[in-house]
Amino acid sequence: MARFTEQNEALARQIISRYPVVKSATIPLCHLAQEQDGHLTEDAMEHIAELLGLAPAEVLGTASFYEMFKRQPVGKYVINVCTSISCFLNGGDELLEHAEERLGLKAGGTTDDGVFTIEGYECIAACTEAPCLQVNYRYFHKISNGEFDQLIEDLRAGRRNDIPPHGTLALTRQRIDPERLAGVAPPDRSEQPVWIREAPALQDSAPSS
Amino acid sequence: MITDAQPIITTRFGYDDSHMLERFLATGGYEGLRAALRKPPAQVSDDVKTASLLGRGGAGFPAGVKWGFCPADVWPRYLVVNGDESEPGTYKDRMLMERDPHQLIEGCLIACYAVGLSQAFLYVRGEMALAQERIATALNEAYAAGYVGKNILGTDFSVDIILHWGAGAYIVGEETGLIESLEGNRGMPRLKPPYFPAVLGLYNKPTIVNNVETLANLPYIASNGGDAFAKLGAEASKGTRMFAVSGHVNKPGVYEVEFGVTTFRDLIEAPIYCGGVRGGKQLKAFIPGGASAPWFYEEHLDLPLEKAMVDKAGSMLGSGAIVVMDEDTDVVKACHRIVRFFAKESCGKCTPCREGTSWLEKILQRIIDGYGRPQDVDLLLDVCDNISPGINWPPRQTTICPLGPSAVSPIASAVSRFRHEFEAYIGGPVETTVEMRGLAYKAPEPAGA
Repeated sequence: MARFTEQNEALARQIISRYPVVKSATIPLCHLAQEQDGHLTEDAMEHIAELLGLAPAEVLGTASFYEMFKRQPVGKYVINVCTSISCFLNGGDELLEHAEERLGLKAGGTTDDGVFTIEGYECIAACTEAPCLQVNYRYFHKISNGEFDQLIEDLRAGRRNDIPPHGTLALTRQRIDPERLAGVAPPDRSEQPVWIREAPALQDSAPSS
Repeated sequence: MITDAQPIITTRFGYDDSHMLERFLATGGYEGLRAALRKPPAQVSDDVKTASLLGRGGAGFPAGVKWGFCPADVWPRYLVVNGDESEPGTYKDRMLMERDPHQLIEGCLIACYAVGLSQAFLYVRGEMALAQERIATALNEAYAAGYVGKNILGTDFSVDIILHWGAGAYIVGEETGLIESLEGNRGMPRLKPPYFPAVLGLYNKPTIVNNVETLANLPYIASNGGDAFAKLGAEASKGTRMFAVSGHVNKPGVYEVEFGVTTFRDLIEAPIYCGGVRGGKQLKAFIPGGASAPWFYEEHLDLPLEKAMVDKAGSMLGSGAIVVMDEDTDVVKACHRIVRFFAKESCGKCTPCREGTSWLEKILQRIIDGYGRPQDVDLLLDVCDNISPGINWPPRQTTICPLGPSAVSPIASAVSRFRHEFEAYIGGPVETTVEMRGLAYKAPEPAGA
């Protein structure tokens, strides 16, 4: 139940600085908070509101619209089994049923040890690879029941270090060297970009090397 | 017709390191940007108009025309990249983002240069961790190498591309919903008019919202000219296009084919593509363009993947998602599965959609559970008629965006063609009084008509 750590607050300020209007950083900061704590806490939402000059209710209002923001603790590994049309046609329901049996819970539930949460999920854009699932939003294509069991064992035994705990999405962050930054374009700065003119930006017409 | 047209946007997919800058540069990467910067911006826009590049997100609106809707002398203008691929059946933008992120970045830069867009936001679906990672890495590489940011390639063209993730909401694929989300709000679509964010978009400024696949085509167009692109394809559908074919086929896959000439039969049956319906079974129905699209059948197989012809035949190519259902498919369940999606994803802003889609889902569930009533099918159509008056095609809507009407398509398709399956569930004949207009089943016109 935490506000941002000092390090994450610095990161949050960096993220905010990239947007012409700070409220745009709401979703990125909610992701950052979820990465820190595994789910999105009230303290974190209050801290985000402070950083963005919003009421905490505005942050909650936005966050509560989006399925990925978990306002209650979830398992270390959130498993989304796709049951949308293409997976439905290719055994997605059966895979979800097997997963529920294997973990002894119903979709939406979390195992008592807090390791796994399982969800029936809508289309995750792997339709040609049905049936498919995600563990913390990392893909597993054409999964058989046996492969599912193996995956569960591997995760439990700590053999899948490539999958970070729930809350962490990309392992690489965008970094912009201040020297290379073009700069934000605030909506109230009504300037025609300098390159909009009759002449090309690159005058050199020699073939590139 | 299967043609020998070379792929345009999947050319690097064969390399393991296709997402890295080194591979990208070794295979002609950022040459399109260079070519664009050697022309005045207006000429680059003209090239895209000449190419007749249709938007690849779903609506199929010509990108060059969309760009032209920006009011003169209103600045700044923004680019928002729609990478929120979530229409059931659709799998192509994720591939383009994971496997060739630099190509997408190059496309963004060309658009920014051509239209005078001062800042770009690359909105990637929240659930796509690898795509986010690959794009972040690619952007970091591209910034360091001078392709993105300040004074690109030593010119006075400067633009930042900011990577932004969603957080799980199909509705933000609708462009005004996407903008709301990017502004830090609930992703609810905006009231129209104005119809185009190019007029009033992000922060109420002119904003170009383009789909990932659309932008991925720009490097080719900038390098080779709009004419070269428009030489491929047919009628209103130029270039190539990625289609994801899933469901009951032998080789489901994502194929980039010449747009407008390749037929559904080619894709579904040809050995180099899907190799036919699985297990030698008969085709029952297929969805030609994502879950929102009215269904097609055996008699539509010879239609080319051409926008105008598919529109005329009563459906759409939408997001390039073809879902094949074999003879054993339970149509009522398939229909329910699609409707459930729209019920879950309705943002709740407009009553007909919020209430209608969830009632449709409940009624279908009741039928599947064996508690269907003889009047239930008519009730389904009545709710459909309230969401989309006349049950027509293209759909009329009582809602701000097309999400609600999207749930009508599968129901109209299933009821008009497979009424007996509903009757089997309900256990008796079913009468309907609500009239289906454009969405009632009709056979395609013979070729050449």
